[in-house]
Amino acid sequence: MAWNQSAAYALRRLLQAVPTVLVIVALNFLLLKLAPGDAADVLAGEAGSATPEFMAQLREKFGLDQPLGVQLLLYMKQIVTFDLGYSFRHSMPVAELILSRLGPTLLLMVTVFGLAVGAGALLGSLAARNLNRWQDNMISMLTVLAYATPVFWAGLMLIVLFSIKLGWFPTSGMQQVAAFHEGFAKVRDIAHHLVLPAFTLTMFYMALYTRLMRASVLEQSSMDYVVTARAKGLTERQIARRHVFRNALLPVVTMAGVQAGAMLGGAVVVETVFAWPGLGLLAYESLFARDLNLLLGIFFVSTCLVVIVNLIVDLAYSFLDPRIELR
Amino acid sequence: MQAGLSRFFRHKPAVLGLLLLLTVLLAAALAGVVYPADPFAMVGKPFQPPFGEHLLGTDQLGRDLAAGVLHGARTTLLVGVVATVIAIVVGVAIGGLAGYFGGRLDSLLMRFTELFQTIPFFLFAILLVAVLGASIGSVIFAISLVSWPPMARLVRGEFMSMRNREFIQACVSMGMGHARIVFVHILPNTLSSIIVTGSLMVATAILIESGLSFLGLSDANTMSWGFIIGSGRSVLRTAWWVCAMPGMAILLTVMAINLVGDGLNDALNPRLRSQ
Repeated sequence: MAWNQSAAYALRRLLQAVPTVLVIVALNFLLLKLAPGDAADVLAGEAGSATPEFMAQLREKFGLDQPLGVQLLLYMKQIVTFDLGYSFRHSMPVAELILSRLGPTLLLMVTVFGLAVGAGALLGSLAARNLNRWQDNMISMLTVLAYATPVFWAGLMLIVLFSIKLGWFPTSGMQQVAAFHEGFAKVRDIAHHLVLPAFTLTMFYMALYTRLMRASVLEQSSMDYVVTARAKGLTERQIARRHVFRNALLPVVTMAGVQAGAMLGGAVVVETVFAWPGLGLLAYESLFARDLNLLLGIFFVSTCLVVIVNLIVDLAYSFLDPRIELR
Repeated sequence: MQAGLSRFFRHKPAVLGLLLLLTVLLAAALAGVVYPADPFAMVGKPFQPPFGEHLLGTDQLGRDLAAGVLHGARTTLLVGVVATVIAIVVGVAIGGLAGYFGGRLDSLLMRFTELFQTIPFFLFAILLVAVLGASIGSVIFAISLVSWPPMARLVRGEFMSMRNREFIQACVSMGMGHARIVFVHILPNTLSSIIVTGSLMVATAILIESGLSFLGLSDANTMSWGFIIGSGRSVLRTAWWVCAMPGMAILLTVMAINLVGDGLNDALNPRLRSQ
């Protein structure tokens, strides 16, 4: 496949994402209008008190006296320049605040994504290859349990067992703040803190991908190319590894990409439980501080993140499977 | 139907799920009889471990956890079922219109559905409840608003394949109206898929509800499982059971619904059984 062809495809997909992002912005605006009070109320509240004349002045300054349509356009113009407003609670622009919390969330998500897809693919194909034997039954029991466990509760129970009773892992945070680790020690410290939150979120998604992979492997196993491979004398192990596994993995990876948004939602809960300093914890804090502007900013940025992840998965898919036509 | 029933009962996990689900329903129904007092009332010393004076122990304020779990079952099941019913109606309406009429309406409605699938749904639910205020109504609204897209996709696919079947074309050539074709001929034929997916949606709705109330986004005057876990979090070190018990209730309920849903799938869609 030519590079410029996939570059053109990526560009076209990026353009297709523009209306999605615009609708999200409009949705944000609608929610902002639905909420009680406007920016002038918030500012006046922060200042302590304000005269009606001052409030009217503020509304004029922010364009709040304009018709709704004009306000929406103003809001869109603001967002396009990545001006997401100002968080009075943190005394910081929202965009800057979100950017500083993006790293930990991405670290958590990438780890969970890799572990869940990897383990799910292995367990799923193991189950399919031992259909209705004890391995299959064990794995399906495990997935049924993991799929029914509320993520936040699993996190709390893991804290009780591994942090409070056994003392193996820290209960919260991303690193020991007072230790001032540098270099490799810092990486080790972060990894040590990452174990429990990543495991908590991985369990749930692993269960999902295991079920998908099992169904996918079963479907592939009845394909003609498997019969051909068997006829030319390959062992079952070779067929499973070289042929079935790779083909069966594709739909699982696509599904995982589509699920990126859901996983981000799961991250909110897990970050709250483990005080992992990412976007999810920021969302929880803004909920309590009644900082709606910040919450809307997080919502907007995470939706953009999902659009980007979907795009990357689509591109990866077309590289993995050359039969897919780039349209 | 007879064959479907016997297929369902041959499936052991589904029967186990059904028994579990009936137990949970019974517990919710009898909450007012077994624990007639307010579940928020303080009944004894705080931090009593389970299986002592009180079956599941007491929390940091001396509230009976067993009463909380039983009364919480009502809230959680109510929210889960009502939100799912709304989501099913919305999903069937949107998916049905798109699948039946096709063309530009279809592509428009599907773009809309895709948009809702792109949004990180839990964050969106948090945002909605935060803006509308934490009440049972807004929680139900938020959950149904984020749950309908899978149903719409399913119903669209079913309607599209039905639309080209011979018996439907016969209806069209007889001059039957759209409403009659849809409600008398297509919808009853897609009911089994809708029931299966809908039953699994209840499980997801319960998970979302408990997540929201764990974060403090629930009606402050109603007991719910997520709320107990959220409030017990601060005493995790001294009284793990405050969090553990309602969590077990969520796990068992969600598992029961999933098992019943899988069993229904096997019973109602026997051709799909190999998956």
